[in-house]
Amino acid sequence: MQTNDDILQAIRIEKTFPGTRALDKVDFHLRRGEVHALLGENGAGKSTLIKCLTGAYRRDGGAILLDDTEVDPRDTFEAQALGIGTVYQEVNLLPNLTVAENLFLGRQPRRFGMVDARAMNRRARDLLADYELDIDVTRDLASYSVAIQQVVAIARAVDLSGKVLILDEPTASLDAHEVAMLFRIIRRLKARGLGIVFVTHFLEQVYEISDRITVLRNGQLVGTRETASLDRRELIAMMIGRELAAEIHAPRAEAQQGPLRYRFRNYGRKGRVRPFDLDVRAGEVVGMAGLLGSGRTETAELLFGAHRADSGEAEIDGRAVDLASPRAAIRHRFGFCPEDRKTSGIVGDLSVRENIVLALQARRGWTRPISRAEQNRLADHYIRALDIRTADREKPIKLLSGGNQQKAILARWLATEPEFLILDEPTRGIDVGAHAEIVKLIEALREKGLSLIVVSSEIEELVAYSTRVIVLRDRAHVAELDGTRITADQIVEAIAATNERRTS
Amino acid sequence: MTSFLRLYFNRLLPQLIALGIIVVAVSLVFPGFLNLQIQNGRLYGSLVDILNRGAPVVLLAIGMTVVIATKGIDLSVGAVMAICGATAAAAITSGHSLAATLLITLGVGILCGLWNGVLVAVLDIQPIIATLVLMVAGRGIAQLVTEGAILTFNDPGLIFIGSGSFAGLPMPVVIWLVFGTLVAMLVRRTALGMLIEAVGINRQASTLSGVLTPVLLIVAYVLSGLCAAIAGIIAAADIRGADANNAGLWLELDAILAVVVGGTSLLGGRFSIAASVLGAIIIQAINTGILLSGFPPEFNLIIKAAIIVFILVLQSPRFRTAFAFLVPARGASKPSERAAK
Amino acid sequence: MKPKYLPLTATLVIFLLGYVICVAQYPNMLSTRVIGNLLTDNAFLGIAAVGMTFVILSGGIDLSIGSVIAFTGVFLAVVLEHTSLHPLIAFALVLAIATLFGAAMGAVIHYLEMPAFIVTLAGMFLARGMAFVLSIDSIPIKHPFYATLKGLYFKLPGGGRITLIGGLMLLVFAAGILIAHRTRFGTNVYALGGGTATSRLMGVPVAATTIRIYALSGLLAGLSGIVFSLYTSAGYSLAAVGVELDAITAVVIGGTLLTGGSGFVAGTLVGILIQGLIQTYITFDGSLSSWWTKILIGLLLFAFILLQKGIILVSRHRQQRA
Repeated sequence: MQTNDDILQAIRIEKTFPGTRALDKVDFHLRRGEVHALLGENGAGKSTLIKCLTGAYRRDGGAILLDDTEVDPRDTFEAQALGIGTVYQEVNLLPNLTVAENLFLGRQPRRFGMVDARAMNRRARDLLADYELDIDVTRDLASYSVAIQQVVAIARAVDLSGKVLILDEPTASLDAHEVAMLFRIIRRLKARGLGIVFVTHFLEQVYEISDRITVLRNGQLVGTRETASLDRRELIAMMIGRELAAEIHAPRAEAQQGPLRYRFRNYGRKGRVRPFDLDVRAGEVVGMAGLLGSGRTETAELLFGAHRADSGEAEIDGRAVDLASPRAAIRHRFGFCPEDRKTSGIVGDLSVRENIVLALQARRGWTRPISRAEQNRLADHYIRALDIRTADREKPIKLLSGGNQQKAILARWLATEPEFLILDEPTRGIDVGAHAEIVKLIEALREKGLSLIVVSSEIEELVAYSTRVIVLRDRAHVAELDGTRITADQIVEAIAATNERRTS
Repeated sequence: MTSFLRLYFNRLLPQLIALGIIVVAVSLVFPGFLNLQIQNGRLYGSLVDILNRGAPVVLLAIGMTVVIATKGIDLSVGAVMAICGATAAAAITSGHSLAATLLITLGVGILCGLWNGVLVAVLDIQPIIATLVLMVAGRGIAQLVTEGAILTFNDPGLIFIGSGSFAGLPMPVVIWLVFGTLVAMLVRRTALGMLIEAVGINRQASTLSGVLTPVLLIVAYVLSGLCAAIAGIIAAADIRGADANNAGLWLELDAILAVVVGGTSLLGGRFSIAASVLGAIIIQAINTGILLSGFPPEFNLIIKAAIIVFILVLQSPRFRTAFAFLVPARGASKPSERAAK
Repeated sequence: MKPKYLPLTATLVIFLLGYVICVAQYPNMLSTRVIGNLLTDNAFLGIAAVGMTFVILSGGIDLSIGSVIAFTGVFLAVVLEHTSLHPLIAFALVLAIATLFGAAMGAVIHYLEMPAFIVTLAGMFLARGMAFVLSIDSIPIKHPFYATLKGLYFKLPGGGRITLIGGLMLLVFAAGILIAHRTRFGTNVYALGGGTATSRLMGVPVAATTIRIYALSGLLAGLSGIVFSLYTSAGYSLAAVGVELDAITAVVIGGTLLTGGSGFVAGTLVGILIQGLIQTYITFDGSLSSWWTKILIGLLLFAFILLQKGIILVSRHRQQRA
């Protein structure tokens, strides 16, 4: 058995979703009075693990021990009663209730059967005083900043559970001053003996607050280390898996021969990504590397017009263009596979065929329908060319596996014969076979002379197909690697170097 | 092509079975139900009567189907019917030609649809609230036009629309058959249908694929307004006058019901105009059938409610999960999907 | 001022302004008699609207209340005509039926995950259908107890009277306000309106609350039916058609968000009074036609929807800045 210093132990946790193995026998141990950072890229399994711990998901295998007794919370409410409280990035409180009501929902003090609002407000003020918060608790939660809402959520969680506190990306939308306040609170709770799980993608915060770090990747445990003895480069390598990256990159000098086609100058949007310059040639794959929240997705969305740029110009073949909307970008033969396939990519109830022809049809307008025969031809062509595994083209796309959905969305854009393709995490959450096929496809498209932007958190993948890699950090483009400099080491170096510069 | 037809038939099968059961049940109780006779070159009989009486709801259901497919709802169609009936009566009695009257009326219906569409698509107001405004105010506007009275007219052309016949069928039936076919062709022969379904299922993904979402939403509500205008003309022509108080009263609910009975989900997405038309006919067949079979008419609403509840329970996601082994078709949502969300 | 009071204040200001305009034109409208009548004439609508407020606050809708009112009236008329039950017992019976009816709809909405709109639409057909089955004729109620109840009133200075049913409406509003703001159930209703998923995570008993909300709406629709039968001294299955629409309108004009989670029971009272005021004004004027009521109310509805849209936009903007 583990030392009884552990307040929470998760042993060989397994969770499978159709088509993906989200957690593969993951171990996780949390000590009393420690801040334990849980790290990993999107899809690594962090949130699945948390949801298994808090009962939001039922695990498929493994055991959870709290204070050395096996527990099996069936829902978050039960987990809370056992002592495991959670605070999420999007504050899971009710913005239309007052602060006090949020703190005491379901356990409001009563007098003569009626809620005693005065007592409730007084207790709310007392409770928040422990968190250096002196606010009007009778106002709606919505009237306060996210930071304050966050603290209210923590106060509620700790008051209700009191053994383990899980903080899921609590600092994502806070400024430096607010983060400092939050950290003071976390240290105080730690001194009280709580075990705190801290999920974030801000590495400097990890080093500032955490005692130990556990890294997950692709649903598997990479390792648990003492923060003090884990060097930053090593940590990044653990997260993005450089050890898997064979140094196979062959410089693609020939790719540089293509003419310059796309030119963005001082392109940016306030609050999303700082103005950047970007040139893309024909037959080039520009990789976007950076950790989550670095501005890589924002760059992709900006280039496609999903959000309008508020500074800078875009030029195609020397002519100024306005990329104000996806439609405008599509007119210029852009295509975009978004990061969140489910909410922004697939149209679930439509068939594979309809999903494939959607963008082409949208560009032609509704009055010029693509004939059924042509639709069938297109669908069959891409189902064969991209090896989309589906019983037939009329199957609703939501019934396909993640990898096949991704291929269908790629097919949607290929059907429009794009010249500039933006792929945001094209290989996320898909099985190994489909993964390799998509990588191959990217190379094939480049050879055909397309210009591609590929955002990925898989570093070996970027190394494999990029002709150039742009490194992002803190919503800005901070480095550019090309030719022989595109190696996993160099990319990790670039991400980590900028990290260090910031913290020092 | 045959497989395509079979698919189409499968989609309509539950509605056809329901209609069949109702027709058989009624004809058992009321043997004259299936009788058809031709008098003066016109078809008469209970079945024709159902098609004729059902005309307004059929027309409303056609527009409602498209609106619901976009994940919307149009509560105002009953009131728009009243407005358009009043407009038609006012126009014809003030001396406009039949053609001008019809054009003006259809224009008013389109305008009403445009109002709803702009509220939903541009101001981004929830459809149920946006269309509530016209539902409340619309009947007042109609009364304003008719000045509270039943505005009668005796233009033979306009009356012909309500009670005339063409090729042996009553005009209202001819109108909805033609119009329904036109709309079905419009949405299925062009890409309109697929794009509307895409918007209804996943608005964000559609917009990112370059679909002009706001325009499609407005088109849906305009179509609904147009359908309400035609239904309003027929209702007014039928009674040779515009009754602002009662024309189209509560028909929006029947229309929504027709769509739901037709199997189109209120959550938007896949739709079938033919199924909604069948849904409307089913509702009318229940009404007429109860009347003919000698049941006291007071049971009408209870039977209607029972049938709706039955159909809805069959469609409910919970029921489908619980009894997935019984209804494996049509991609019943899997529990695993809900868990993954 | 807290932004959540803004729609309520706007409603109140509109009502007072409207009243001042009315009085400026027809000084007679200042009398307590007009106020008393305003309460009496709108009593059944007001009581039903309290239930509707709870339903809408929770993010739902109840289309059945008009039919339940009609059913209640017919039930009372039939029972009092054919049996020797005392009206009070009949009242208790019909309230129990209406409450169970509402609870059943709530259960269907929650457990079958069906939209409230469609479930209560079916409920609307069912309730009216049951009224038809009981009787399709208008049945007068001649029980002496009814006359006694109708004779009860509280005299106001100036000749106005607060009748039993007018007073009952005020009581129901007072109770509604208390339930909404001083009970755990009330907070849970707001919580559901703020988000069902989050509420469930925070431990709100979603099933029980949903069922209770629709049961409450059913109960109040039943009470409204009793008041309506006192008001009209009859039971008629075609009565109170479309009351649900008037109630929804009063709730929205009263400043409650149709999407749920925000609003006040007190606002609904003002919403009812605004509708009543418009009608009273048109009666006083004599030359204005009744359809202006509907058009004006439609416009008010539109104005309030825009106002709320604006408030949401502004507060979101402010949050992004903050």
